[in-house]
Amino acid sequence: MRGNRRLRVLGVLLLTALPLLLAGCSSALLDPKGEVGMEQRTLILTAFGLMQIVVIPVIVMTLLFAWRYRRSNHKAAYNPDWAHNNWIEAIVWLIPCVIIVFLAGLTWYTSHSLDPHRSLAEDGEELEIQAVSLDWKWLFIYPEQGIATVNEVAFPANVPVRFRVSSGSVMNAFFIPHLGSQIYAMAGMDNDVHLIANHEGTYEGRSTNYSGAGFSEMTFEAMATSPEEFDSWVEGVRESSQTLTFPDGYAELVEPTINHPVEYFSSVSSGLYEDIVSSFLGGSEGIHVPPSDGGHGHTDHRAGEESHEDHGEISPTSAEAAE
Amino acid sequence: MASESMSQHGDHAHPETHAHHDTGSIKVFGFWVYLMSDLVIFGSLFATYAVLLRGTAGGPSGADIFDLPLILAGTFLLLISSFTYGMAVLAMTAEKVKQLSAWLIVTFLLGAGFIALEIYEFQHLIHEGYGPDRSAFLSAFFTLVGTHGLHVFFGLIWILVVLVQLKTKGLNDMTRPRILCLSLFWHFLDIVWICVFSFVYLMGVL
Amino acid sequence: MFGKLSLDAIPTHDPIIMIVAVVMGIGAIALLGAITYYRKWGWLWSEWFTTVDHKKLGIMYFIVALVMLIRGFSDAIMMRIQQAMSVAGAEGYLPPDHFDQIFTAHGVIMIFFVAMPMVIGLMNLVVPLQIGARDVAYPFLNNLSFWLFVAGAALVNVSLVIGEFATTGWLAYAPLSGIEYSPGVGVDYWIWALQISGIGTTLTGINFFVTILKMRAPGMTLFRMPIFTWTSLCSNVLIIASFPILTATVALLTLDRYMGMHFFTNDFGGNMMMYVNLIWAWGHPEVYILILPAFGVFSEVVATFSRKRLFGYKTMVWATVCITLLSFIVWLHHFFTMGAGANVNAFFGIMTMIIAIPTGVKVFNWLFTMYRGSLEMSTPMLWTIGFIITFTIGGMTGVMLAVPAANFVLHNSLFVIAHFHNVIIGGVLFGMLAGLIYWFPKAFGFKLDEKWGKRSFWFWLIGFYVAFMPLYVLSFHGAVRRMQSYGPEEWQIWFIVALVGALLIMAGIVCTAIQLYVSIKNRHHPAYVDVSGDPWDGRTLEWSVASPAPHYNFAHLPQIGQIDDFWEMKRQGRVTVNEGPYEPIHMPRNTAAGPIISLFSVVVGFGLVWHIWWLAIVGALGCLVSFLARVFNDDIDYYVPAEEVERTERAHQQRLEEYRKWLEAHPEENPNAQVRMEG
Repeated sequence: MRGNRRLRVLGVLLLTALPLLLAGCSSALLDPKGEVGMEQRTLILTAFGLMQIVVIPVIVMTLLFAWRYRRSNHKAAYNPDWAHNNWIEAIVWLIPCVIIVFLAGLTWYTSHSLDPHRSLAEDGEELEIQAVSLDWKWLFIYPEQGIATVNEVAFPANVPVRFRVSSGSVMNAFFIPHLGSQIYAMAGMDNDVHLIANHEGTYEGRSTNYSGAGFSEMTFEAMATSPEEFDSWVEGVRESSQTLTFPDGYAELVEPTINHPVEYFSSVSSGLYEDIVSSFLGGSEGIHVPPSDGGHGHTDHRAGEESHEDHGEISPTSAEAAE
Repeated sequence: MASESMSQHGDHAHPETHAHHDTGSIKVFGFWVYLMSDLVIFGSLFATYAVLLRGTAGGPSGADIFDLPLILAGTFLLLISSFTYGMAVLAMTAEKVKQLSAWLIVTFLLGAGFIALEIYEFQHLIHEGYGPDRSAFLSAFFTLVGTHGLHVFFGLIWILVVLVQLKTKGLNDMTRPRILCLSLFWHFLDIVWICVFSFVYLMGVL
Repeated sequence: MFGKLSLDAIPTHDPIIMIVAVVMGIGAIALLGAITYYRKWGWLWSEWFTTVDHKKLGIMYFIVALVMLIRGFSDAIMMRIQQAMSVAGAEGYLPPDHFDQIFTAHGVIMIFFVAMPMVIGLMNLVVPLQIGARDVAYPFLNNLSFWLFVAGAALVNVSLVIGEFATTGWLAYAPLSGIEYSPGVGVDYWIWALQISGIGTTLTGINFFVTILKMRAPGMTLFRMPIFTWTSLCSNVLIIASFPILTATVALLTLDRYMGMHFFTNDFGGNMMMYVNLIWAWGHPEVYILILPAFGVFSEVVATFSRKRLFGYKTMVWATVCITLLSFIVWLHHFFTMGAGANVNAFFGIMTMIIAIPTGVKVFNWLFTMYRGSLEMSTPMLWTIGFIITFTIGGMTGVMLAVPAANFVLHNSLFVIAHFHNVIIGGVLFGMLAGLIYWFPKAFGFKLDEKWGKRSFWFWLIGFYVAFMPLYVLSFHGAVRRMQSYGPEEWQIWFIVALVGALLIMAGIVCTAIQLYVSIKNRHHPAYVDVSGDPWDGRTLEWSVASPAPHYNFAHLPQIGQIDDFWEMKRQGRVTVNEGPYEPIHMPRNTAAGPIISLFSVVVGFGLVWHIWWLAIVGALGCLVSFLARVFNDDIDYYVPAEEVERTERAHQQRLEEYRKWLEAHPEENPNAQVRMEG
C-alpha cells in the first residue's frame, strides 16, 4: 500500500508544519502592540491549544486505523458486525462536550472583556477620534482638537482611544491589525471600537470589508506617538491651509478617489461627524450630503451626542424568518 | 408547446389507475410542504416589515395612511371567499360538479373584488405621493401586502384553470387533487391575510 | 427597443475576456457541430433533455457541474496569478473592475453552480435507488428543477460576454449592490441567475423531501434508511426552510434596484444590516445543505470499504438532526464585527461551537467504523481519509472563528478564506468526488480508473494544503480577502506558494479528466466493466440492481427488514435473482415542458437584466403558456409492459451467469477474494 505510507508522511509533515506556520515571527496578530491585541493573541492560542486535544488524536487515529486495518494486514482483527459500544459512544460525545464547555466559558468571558464597545479607560480619560469611511479613503476627525485628517491617524501611546466609526458610503470595516479588534463602518450608524497602543510606532490600518474598486488601496497609517510628538503632530495639522466644512467641503471629499494622499484640515465645522451620520437618516435626495433646507430636522439628533447611549450598541436586526 | 416526446413505450396509463402510486395524497402532501416554504417567504417579509416600521424617513406612518373601513371590506371579501371555497370542496366530495363550479365562480368573484380593492388602495396611496419609493416603511408595506395580493392573483388564475378543466375533463383523479391543493392555497392566503390585517393594519392604526 | 443593451456591452476592450469568449465560442460551435454531424439531436432531446429519469438527471447535473467547475477554477487560477504579482505598487494584470468580477463569479459559480448541482445530482442518482423507489415524487418537477438550474448557469456565462458580472462579492452585500453604488448590469445578472436557479433548488428540496418520506420501499422505516438518504433528507429540510429566505432577500434587493425602493439603501430609512442578517439566515444553512450529503457519502464509503457496519448508526442520525436544527441559530457569527452587544455575540458564538459537538461525534464514528474493519484503500476511501484529516483542521479553524473576540481580528481576513476552503474543498468537494467514483458504476455500468483516480487525489490533497496553508499565515500578517493589490513585499512569497498549490490542484483536475477518458476508453475491459451491479460488495439497495440500473429501477419493489438489508441478505445467501412473473410497471413519461420553460426563463432573465421589458413579458408569457400546456396534458404516464421488464431482467441475469463462470475461471480477479476471516 504505497498510498498509505505517503499519507502517513504527509500527516507527520502537516502536524509539524502547522504550529510553525502559525508562529510566524513578526506577524501583526502574533506580535501585537496593544493590550486588546495581546489578549486576542492569548485567546487565539488558547483556543487553538484546547482543540488539539481532539484534533491530534483524530489525525493520529485516522492514520493509525487506516494503516492497521488495511485489507492486506492479516494480523489485524476484523469484526464486521461490531457497530455499537456504549462506552465509546459516551466518550465521543463527552470529550467534545467538555472542550466546548471550556471554550464556551472562554467565549462568554472574552466576549464581554474584549467587547469593542467597552471603554479601556478606568478613569474615563480617553481620546476620541471619529473615523468615517469614504470611497476609498478614511476621514479622521478629532472633535476635541477641532482638526481632521485623511488616511493618517495619530494618537499618543498608552492612552485609551475611542474610535467612533461610521461611513459616508458603503459598508467598510476599520482595522489596525497590530492593535486588535475591527469594527464595521456603516452609513447612518454610529459604531465604536476601543483600542490602545502600548508601544510607540507606526502601524498599518485598513478597511477589511470589501467596498468596491478602490478597496485594496483603502489603507492608512496609524501612528502611536509620545504625548509630545502627538501635540506637535496636532500643531502640524493646525498649520494646514485647508479646512473642512459641512456640507460643501465634505461633498468634495466624498467624491470617489483611489490612493488618496494624506490630507490635513486645520479646522472642521463643529458636529461634523454627527452631521455625516444623520445625513442618512432623513428622507432626503442626495445620499452623501444632507438637504440644505433642513426639512427633516426631527431626525437630526438621532446620532447626536445627547442620545449617545442609545448608540453604544447596535443590535443587529433579528431575522425571525430563520426559525 | 409542451408536447410529450418519447412514447415508444406502451400505452399511457389511465387516470383511474393512479391510485396505484397513491399520487393524489402525495400531491397534497407535497403541496403542504410547498406552502411551508412559502410561509418562510412571508415570514421574511413580516420580519422585514417589523424592522422597517419606523423607517418612515419623514414620510407618513401607517396611522397616517391606512383606510381601515376599506381594508375591512377587503378582509370580509376574502374571509367569505374562504367559506365559499369550503362549500366548493363539500360539493366536490358530493360529486356535484355543477355546484362545485358555481361555488368556484363565487370564490373567484370575491377574490377579484379583494384584488380590485387592493389595487384601488395602492393606486390611491401612490397618487397621494406615498408610493413604495417614498420610504423604507412604505417599501416594506407595499411589498408585504403586494406579495399577498400577487398570490391571490395567481390563485384566481388557478381557479380559472380548474374551471376550464372541470368543463373539459370533469372530476377525475387529475382534477381532484388540484382542487384540494388550491383549497389549501386559498385558506393559506386567508390565514396570511389575517396576519397582515392584524400586524400591519390594526397595529398600524392603533 | 433594447433597453440598456447596445454593442458597447460586449467588452471588446478586454483582451482576456475576448480570448476566452472566442475559445468558448469555437468550443460551443464544435460541440454543436459534432452533435449535428452525428445526428444526435433527436437522441439527446428524447433520451436526455426531456427525461424524467432521476438517474439521467443526476448525470446531467454532474456534467454541468464539472463544466462549471472548470470555469470557477479558471477564475481561481486568475486570482492567484494576480495576487502573486500585484505587490508594492505593482498592479498585476487584472484591473480592479475585472478582478472584482472574477472573485464574485468564482464564489457564485463554485457554490451555486458546482457544489449545489453536485450535491443535488448525487441525490438524484442515489436516493430513489437507496430507498427502493422507482422514481421521485414529482418527476416533471425534477426535470424542471434541473433546467432552471441550467438557466441560472447560462445567465452567469452570458454575463461573461454580454455586459459584466457583479463586482460585489458573492453575497452582494447592500448597499454596495444597490443601484447607487452598482449601476451596471452585473448585480442584475447575479440577481436573476440566483433567483431562477434558486426556484429550481427549492422545488428539488420539496421533491426529495416528499420522495424520502412517502416513497420508501415497504419495511424501510426511517431508522432503516441508509445514512446518505438521512443526510439528504436533512439537507432537503434545510433547502425548504432556507431557500425561500434567499428568494425573498434577493427579491427585496431587486425591488430596491428596479423600483427605487429602500429596503437596504443608506437613506430613506433603509437598513443594510437587515440585508446581512437575511442573507446569512439563508447562507449559514446553505453550507450545511452542502456538507450533510457529503457526510452521507463518507458514511457509505467508509462502511463499504471497511466491509463493516457503520459504527453508531443512531448516533449518526441524531447528530445529523442536531446539526440541521442548530444551523438555523448561528447565522450571526458571520458578522460579529457589526457591533452587536457582547451577550448577543457570545450567544451566537457558543451556539456555533455546539455544532462542533455532533460534527466531532460523526468524525469519531467514521473512525470507529474503520476500527476492526478490513479496509480497501480504493480511491473513494482515500478521499474519505483525506477528508477526515482536512475537515478536522477546517473544523478547528471554524471554532476559532466562532469565538467572537478572536473573530474581531480574524474576520474578513484570509483566515476566513482558508477556513471555508478547508471545509468546502476538504468536505464537500472531496465528498462529491468520492461519491462520483463510488456511484459511477451504478450510473454507467463501468468503474473509473483507480490509478488516475489516486493521482488526482494526491494532487488535490497536497495542492489544497500548499494553496491554503499560506493563507492562514498571511491572515496573521493582516492580509484581508478580496485585495486586488497589496503593499507589504514579505507577503508575496506566500501568495506565490499559494499559486503553486492552485497549479497542483489543476494537475488534480487534469488527472480526473484523464481518469474519465481512460475509463471510458476501457469501459468494456473486464477490469472496468461492472457486470454484477455490485462492484464494491455494497450494503445498500442500489447495489441490488443492474449497473446501469434499468429505468424502472426495481422489477419488484424490495421488502426491507433491517439496516444494510442487502448486505445481510448476501451474507445469508438469500440474494436471489428477480424471478418472474413480472408485472407492468407504471412510469412517468418524458416531457418537453422543463427545457422549454427554462428557455423562456432565460429570456425573462435576460430581458430584465437589460431592461428590455417587452422581451421579459414575452418570456414570462412563454413560461406561463408552456406551464399551462403541461397542466392540460393528461398523457403524462404509461406502463412498461411486463414483457419488456422480463427482457431486461433476463438479459441482466444472463450476464450475471456468464460473469460467475468467468470468475470461477479467473479467481484472482475476484474483487473480494482477500477478505480476512472474522474474529
